[in-house]
This record gives sequence, C-alpha cells and structure tokens, in this order.
Amino acid sequence: MRNSAWRIALPLAALVVALGACGPGSSSSQQAAGGGEDGIKVGILHSLSGTMAISEVTVKDAELLAIEEINAAGGVLGKKLIPVVEDGASDWPTFAEKATKLIAQDKVATVFGGWTSASRKAMLPVFERRKALLWYPVQYEGLESSPYIFYTGATTNQQIVPGLEYLKEQGKKKLFLVGSDYVFPRTANKVIKAYAAANGMEVIGEEYTPLGHTEYSTLVNKVVQAKPDAVFNTLNGDSNVAFFKQLKSAGVTAEDMPTMSVSVAEEEVKGIGVDNIAGHLVAWNYYQTTDTPANTKFVQAFKAKYGADKVTSDPMEAGYNAVYLWAEAVKKAGTVEVEAVKKAAGGIALERPEGLVTIDGENQHMYKTARIGVVQPDGLIKEVWNSGEPIKPDPYLKGYPWAAGLASG
Amino acid sequence: MEAFLNQLPIGLSIGAVLLLIALGLTFTFGQMGVINMAHGEFIMAGAYTAYLLQDWAGRQAVIVALPVAFVVAGLMGLALERAAIRHFYGRPLDTLLLTWGVSLVLQQLARDLFGAPNVQVQAPQWLQGGLGIMPYNRMFILALAVGSVVAVWAYMNRTGQGRRMQAVMQNRRLASTSGIDTGRVDMRTFFIGSGLAGIAGVALTLIGPVGPALGTYYIVDAFLVVVAGGLGQLRGAVIAAAGLGLLNSYAEFWTDASLAKVIVFAVIVAFLQFRPQGLFVVRSRALT
Repeated sequence: MRNSAWRIALPLAALVVALGACGPGSSSSQQAAGGGEDGIKVGILHSLSGTMAISEVTVKDAELLAIEEINAAGGVLGKKLIPVVEDGASDWPTFAEKATKLIAQDKVATVFGGWTSASRKAMLPVFERRKALLWYPVQYEGLESSPYIFYTGATTNQQIVPGLEYLKEQGKKKLFLVGSDYVFPRTANKVIKAYAAANGMEVIGEEYTPLGHTEYSTLVNKVVQAKPDAVFNTLNGDSNVAFFKQLKSAGVTAEDMPTMSVSVAEEEVKGIGVDNIAGHLVAWNYYQTTDTPANTKFVQAFKAKYGADKVTSDPMEAGYNAVYLWAEAVKKAGTVEVEAVKKAAGGIALERPEGLVTIDGENQHMYKTARIGVVQPDGLIKEVWNSGEPIKPDPYLKGYPWAAGLASG
Repeated sequence: MEAFLNQLPIGLSIGAVLLLIALGLTFTFGQMGVINMAHGEFIMAGAYTAYLLQDWAGRQAVIVALPVAFVVAGLMGLALERAAIRHFYGRPLDTLLLTWGVSLVLQQLARDLFGAPNVQVQAPQWLQGGLGIMPYNRMFILALAVGSVVAVWAYMNRTGQGRRMQAVMQNRRLASTSGIDTGRVDMRTFFIGSGLAGIAGVALTLIGPVGPALGTYYIVDAFLVVVAGGLGQLRGAVIAAAGLGLLNSYAEFWTDASLAKVIVFAVIVAFLQFRPQGLFVVRSRALT
C-alpha cells in the first residue's frame, strides 16, 4: 500500500500495452509523403489478433509478398506500392472502423481484406458510401454483388456446388450439415438443402455451433447416431481443430463417414493434426500441389520469404492474386481512380497459380476452376477431381433451376 | 435411447474439462478474491509446454508435460503476483483491468513466439480409440480431474501449508497476528492456482485447438463454475462442474450448441438469484 503511484501507473501501463496489442500494425506504413508523389498507398485489412488471426495472418503475408514482387518489377505506373496494414481484430465493427480510416485518413487507392462474411458485410456499406474499392480474397456464400467489391475467392457455384456434385457422383445420399453459427454456413446450407432436394439427396441433420466453440462430443454423438453417408462441414476457425480431434477419437474414420470441408486448407490441416483429418475431403480452387508454372514460382517465393515449413493455401493464393489483378487493372486504366479501375477490370485474364483467372466485369467475381482434394498423410492436399475449365461465377445461382427462390430468401 | 444414454458420460466428461480449468481459479479467485483474467493464458502456457516438449518426449509429451506445465504456469502466476497483483490487493476492479491487459499481452506474445496458426500436439498412441462413445482421451481427462481434486483436497486439509492457506483466507489479520507470513501464503496460493491452469492446458491439447486464443475459449466457463459453486469451495466447484457439464450435454442434445449456451447462462443467472453466494458458502474475511 506504500507506493500509490504504482497503483495508478500499472493499470494505465497495462491498458496502453493492451491497446498496443490490439493494433500492432496501426502505423506500420512507411513514411509516404503525401501518398501521391512517391508511391501508391494500398490498404491491407485482416484480423491479426483474435479467433480469426489463425487464418487471416497468412493471407496478409501473401498479399505483402505480391506487393513486394510487383515493386521489385518496377511497381505500378512507375510508382511503388506502399502497404498500410491494419488489424480487424476478429471484430466486425472494427473492420468497418479501420476501413473508414484507411479510406479517409490514409487515402489508400484500394483495400485488400476481410475473411469472414460478417467482416465483409460490415465493410460493404463503408466502401459503397465512400465509393472506394475492396478486394475480398475468400470463398463465400454468394448472393451478393457489390459494385465496390471484387471477389477473388470462389462463390457457391465454384466450390459448394462442385463439392456436392462430387459427393453425388460417389453415391453419397444422406448428408449431415455441421457449421459455425453465422452468415456463411447458414446461407451455404440453404444452398445445400436446395441442391439435395433437387438431386435425390437427403439432409438428415443440420447443426450449428458458436464461433470459437470447442466442445464437440455431443455433436459427434448426434452425427454418429444419425449415420449419414457424408458430413458437409462449414465450421470456421479454431472449431475445426476440436471437431476433427473429437470425431477421430470417437472412432469415426474417413472411410466410413467422409467429411467435405470448405474452410479447411493446408494451413488448418497443420493445426488440426494430419492424424485427425487424413483421408477427409475438401473443396477449393487451389492447393499447394496444383501443378502450374505460376504455382511453382508462388510456393518457392512464399517459402523463401516466410520459411520452408510454411504452406500455401487457397485464400492465400486468392489474396496474392487480388493484388496482381488490381495492379493489372490499374495499368490498363492508366490511373488508380476507382471508377476507371472498375471499368478496366472486366475481362482481365491472368495465368495464376490456380490456372487461368478471368474477371467477370458484370458481377466482379472471377472465373475459377473448382478442385476437390483429399488430405494426405504428409499434410498436403491431393486433387482427386477438377471441373476441367474455369467456371463462370454465378453468385445468385441464376443458372441453376433448383436454386430459384434462394436469392430472395 | 442409446443417444440419450450416451449423453450421460459425455456430460460428465464435459464436467471434467470444466472442473480442470476451474480448479486453479478456486485458489486465485475463490481463496484470494483476485479476478485473474490471465488465467486462460496460463492454460494456454500449459498447452504450449506440451507442444514444446514434443521435440524431446515425442508422443508421450502430454504425460511428461503435466508436471512441467504445472511449474511453468505456476512460475508465470508467481511472477504476475509478485510484479503486479500484490500491489492491487483489495482492489478487484483494478486487478481485473490489469490482468485483462496481461492476458492480451500474453496472447500476442504467444502469437509472436509460435505464430498465429494453431500448432499440433500429438496424442500418445495408447490414448487413441475408446470404449463405445467414451474415447480414452476423455477418460484420461476425467481421471486427471479426479486426481487433481483429490490432491488439492489432501493438500488443503492434510498439510500444514494447506491449513495455513485456509486460515489466511478465513481471517487474514488473525492469521497474520498468529505468526503466519501471509505474503508467503499468497505467493504459494497463486503458484498452485496458476500451476493447475497449466495442467488443464496440457489436458486440453487432447481435444481442442492449441493456439494463441486458446485461453479465451475457456476463461468464461471457468469463472462460471467457480461462481456457481461458491467461492473457494472445492466441493462446490466439483458439483457445479458436473452439473454444468450434464446441463450442457443434455441442453445441446435437445436443442443445439448455440441455444445450449443460452440455457446454461439462463439457469446460472436464475440460480444466482436464489443463492447469490453459489452452492456452498463460507464466511470469510478475505482480501475483498
């Protein structure tokens, strides 16, 4: 009780440190005088802390790699790109706040960012109101097409629908749906149920758990009792680790009950433990093993920059692509001005690690090749099926009769 | 019916997890009245201890890590108590703020040291498989929880140190005038409470993710158990953990995971209306 100064100083110090921990990237942009003369500022906005950091940090790394490569090749319009990194902290209002800051204060030319649909939905009104540009690098549930967002990940008809088609081909009739309780899994499951109803499949169970949930014994018990042919898994983040560990220890193997996951990539496999997930299925557009010249280069560059034990995954590749696609659109437009870049972007086609990627000028999604993979004992994913050619993005599933009515609901 | 019966052992094993994570808090929160938000990060430290020991102990790391994690987390707790918390005794709100800050710092530290993605801790071969719906690793956790409770009970009631700890909790000034070095007792209490969190962390590597955010998933549940059980009450914590585990298990079985959380919280709030002090009450002149 003697040193009262300490008693005031310590909580203050703790608070300051705590705030510091929340926003480690708050001012990590290099000094760019005015932003216009020496370089072009671009925003990078991902969760670097909190429950989503596990996934989003790697996308940030891939985007920084792309910026570095573009700068090494002379930059864009003769100027270097200057990344301004912000932390969304796995908190959706923070994403909106930081997006506003990047646009209004840093005056960035574009923003690359987001992972969860909740964060995208939080940022969407900010970008639309301020007529700024967001590049969103993750597969999502579709049913959206903002004029100020480019979607470089898959929409439903490039990931979930091919996943279902593969299960149907394999003769899986009874599905059990497991997902985290937020917008992506709930919307994705609506699509899955509509598909199942039209294709002679049956959904015999549908369960949601809160984000960050770690207790799956009850859910596993329900799944085991229901005896589905396959589980369609839309869990996100750390929950996947608990789910697969507990599924494995309940004695469920990939042979008798495979799971099809849409949010588990190479990076997540490492954390889950290969033992627990080997043999299970995943649906994406890209794997580290995808055999293209651009991918060999990407994997090499990523490992050289971040360490030989690092893996590359679909969302990382989509983030990496986003920077290149934007840079290409800027070169074509001759300016970073948003409306001109948007106009120039339509039809741009680049050979990327996943193969040919073309921007659909109408809905601002990408033509992408769908790939189904099996998790291998070495932790990488082996492709077992692909769509043969890039699939035209169809976020509202207009081309699928069974999906009629989904867009309005 | 089979599914219904299966929920019984599942409920008990959820209870065992709750008990393990809350046991340390019955010391630091229950005995000393310190609201330690960094308790979850001591759990995390235990889990990472098991991860690091894999290089040396391979698949048996989980077993080897139990005593090591106890000491590692215990020393972290001791350092926190000596460096900061002791200056705030009797000021629960400041302590809450302080330890919340410490918890964020430790999370970020883990992220810098081990990276943001989860790491893998391989379970020993002999813990794979199970009897019916009850996996061996769940039985292991159940046994560990029972063992920890017995050890804590014996320490508190059968050793001089434990009795002195109880004396300090019940009447600090009288204990002090009787010649007990209360500062030492505080240090010891904090060491053991934090060490128990380390043990819980090792156990959790068998069933959950091992990453920087690990602690945040369990901290609220841990406080729930201690509050519902009554502060500083070992048997209260045991009964509360088992009760909450079963409630959780059946509520989720009949509804779903999100609703089960709501039900559990609602039941606890209602329960605290009737028994604000929790299941068991002991009159104490603790630090608060």
